[in-house]
Amino acid sequence: MSLDIKKIRTDFPILNQEIYGKPLVYFDNGATTQKPQVVIDEEVKIYSHENSNIHRGVHFLSEQLTQRFEDARKVVQKFINAKYDHEIIFTSGTTQSINTVAYSFGERFVNEEDEIIISTLEHHSNIVPWQLLCERKKAILKVIPINDAGELLIDEFEKLISPKTRIVAINQVSNALGTVNDVKGIINISHKHNIPVLIDGAQSIQHGKTDVQDMDCDFFAFSGHKLYGPTGIGVLYGKEKWLNKMPPFLSGGEMIKKVSFEKTTFNELPFKFEAGTPNFTSAIAMSKAIEYIQAIGLNEIADYEKELLNYATEKLQSIKGLKIIGTSKNKVSLISFILENIHHYDAGMVIDKMGIAVRTGHHCAEPVMQRFNIEGTLRASFSFYNTKEEIDKLYNAILTVKQMFG
Amino acid sequence: MDINTKQDEIIEEFSIFDDWMDKYNYLIELSRELPAIDPKYKTNQYLIEGCQSKVWLNAELEKGVLKFSADSDAIITKGIVALLIRVLNNQKPEDVMNVDLYFIEKIGLQQNLSPTRSNGLLAMVKQMKLYALAFHAKNK
Repeated sequence: MSLDIKKIRTDFPILNQEIYGKPLVYFDNGATTQKPQVVIDEEVKIYSHENSNIHRGVHFLSEQLTQRFEDARKVVQKFINAKYDHEIIFTSGTTQSINTVAYSFGERFVNEEDEIIISTLEHHSNIVPWQLLCERKKAILKVIPINDAGELLIDEFEKLISPKTRIVAINQVSNALGTVNDVKGIINISHKHNIPVLIDGAQSIQHGKTDVQDMDCDFFAFSGHKLYGPTGIGVLYGKEKWLNKMPPFLSGGEMIKKVSFEKTTFNELPFKFEAGTPNFTSAIAMSKAIEYIQAIGLNEIADYEKELLNYATEKLQSIKGLKIIGTSKNKVSLISFILENIHHYDAGMVIDKMGIAVRTGHHCAEPVMQRFNIEGTLRASFSFYNTKEEIDKLYNAILTVKQMFG
Repeated sequence: MDINTKQDEIIEEFSIFDDWMDKYNYLIELSRELPAIDPKYKTNQYLIEGCQSKVWLNAELEKGVLKFSADSDAIITKGIVALLIRVLNNQKPEDVMNVDLYFIEKIGLQQNLSPTRSNGLLAMVKQMKLYALAFHAKNK
C-alpha cells in the first residue's frame, strides 16, 4: 500500500510554513525529525490536565500518570520487541543511554588492558564515552576500519577481537553517510567470543522495524526526537542479564529502595537506572509518536524512503562535480555529498536561503571525515513526509550554488 | 573616515539588495577583492578555527593605526571578513577595542556571527579586538 503523503504532511504543522518567503523543505531529519500533531497534543494534554509526579503519591493524578508512564514503557517494549518491559530504561537520549553503559558496564566489567571495539563510522556520542572509560580504566580502544564506500570491514573486525575484548559498540546506521551496517553479522561474530554488543540505533530506529531479540544485541540505544517524538527523551534497552549485574550510573530519586547513612539499597530494574524524576511527559508523548508511525507502517515507511533515496541519488549524481560520500548498497534515506571546489559552508548558506534545511559540516563524526580526507559534507536526510518535488528543489538549489561559486 | 561612517556606508550599500542571492553575490565579489594575506600568515598560528569554515588573521600597527589582513576557505565567510577589514582597517586600537559592529545585524548577516561558532567569524571579531587591546596596551 502506498502512503498518502499529502495527508501525512497535514499531520505535521511545522511543514506548512515559509522560510525566507519560500515553502520550507525540511531535509535535516537526521539531526531531528518533526513532530506530528498527536505528539504535540499529548504534551499539551498532560501539562493541561494530568501533570503530577509519578511513582510517588497515592493521589489520583499521580497514580494515573504513573500508569501512563508504565504503559509508554510497554509501547516501547513492543515496538522493539524486547522480552521484558523492565529491559526498557528511559534516558534523556541516545547519548545518555550510551554513557550509562560505558560507565556502568565499564565499572563492572572493564579493567586495565582490556579492549573495547568501536568503528570508524561512529558518532562522537559513541566514541567519547568509550574513550573516557578507557582513560579511567587504562583500557584500549580499537576501531573497525571502513572501505571507500563507507562500509565496515568485517574481516578486519574479526582480527581486532581478542580474549581481552570486553564489549563492541557500533551504530546500526551511520549518521554521516547513511550506511546500514550488518549488525546481525557483527553480533553473531561477537557472541561466538562471548562479547556483548551495544547498538547505537539513533539513525536506524526511525527507518524500519527493529527487533532486538532477533538482532540479539545486548544493548540498544535511541532517541525520541529522531523518532518523531519529543526532545529530551530516549531509551536504553539492555538484556536483563547484563542490567542486573551492572551498578547504577546516576543516583538519587527513584533508583533507590532504602536509604540510610550506612547503606543504600537500590531499586530493581528498570528503576535502578532511572534516577531522579524521569521525563514522563516526553516518554508518554514519545509512545504516541511510536503509535503514529506504527499506524502508517514501518515497512511502508522504509519502502517509500527507499524510493526517495533512489530518486535523490540518481538526480544528485547527474550534477557534474557533485560527489556522494558513502555509497554503500545498503543505505537509509540520507545523502552526504561534496561539491568540487565549493566549500560546504558556502553551499549550505545559499541552499538555506532557498528555504531548504540541510546539514553542513562534519556531522559530529570527525573520524569519518578524516577517513575520506574531507572537512565536511552537505547532508540531506529524508523522511516519509518528504516528496520528490522537494528533492527537485534541492537539485535546482545545487545548480544555483554551482553557478554562484563555480 | 571613522568606524561608524564606514558601517553606515556598508548598510547603505546593502540596502539596495532585496534578495538574498544578490547579497551573497555581492559578498562573493567582495571576497575576490580582498587583498591576499601574506602566505607566511596562513599557518595554524594565525588560524581562527570555526566548526565549518576557517579564518586566518594577522594584525600589525603602522603609524598608530591597525592593519589587518585575513583569508578564509569559504567564500561567503571571506566576503564578510572583507567587510570587517574595511570597517576596522586604518583605525586606532582604542577605537577598535570596544567597537560595536552594528552593521552586521543591519545588513542581515548576524546569522554568520551566531555563537555556534560554525564559521569562526565571531572568534575573528574577538581576535581583532584582542589585537587592538594588545597594541593599545603596548603603546601606553
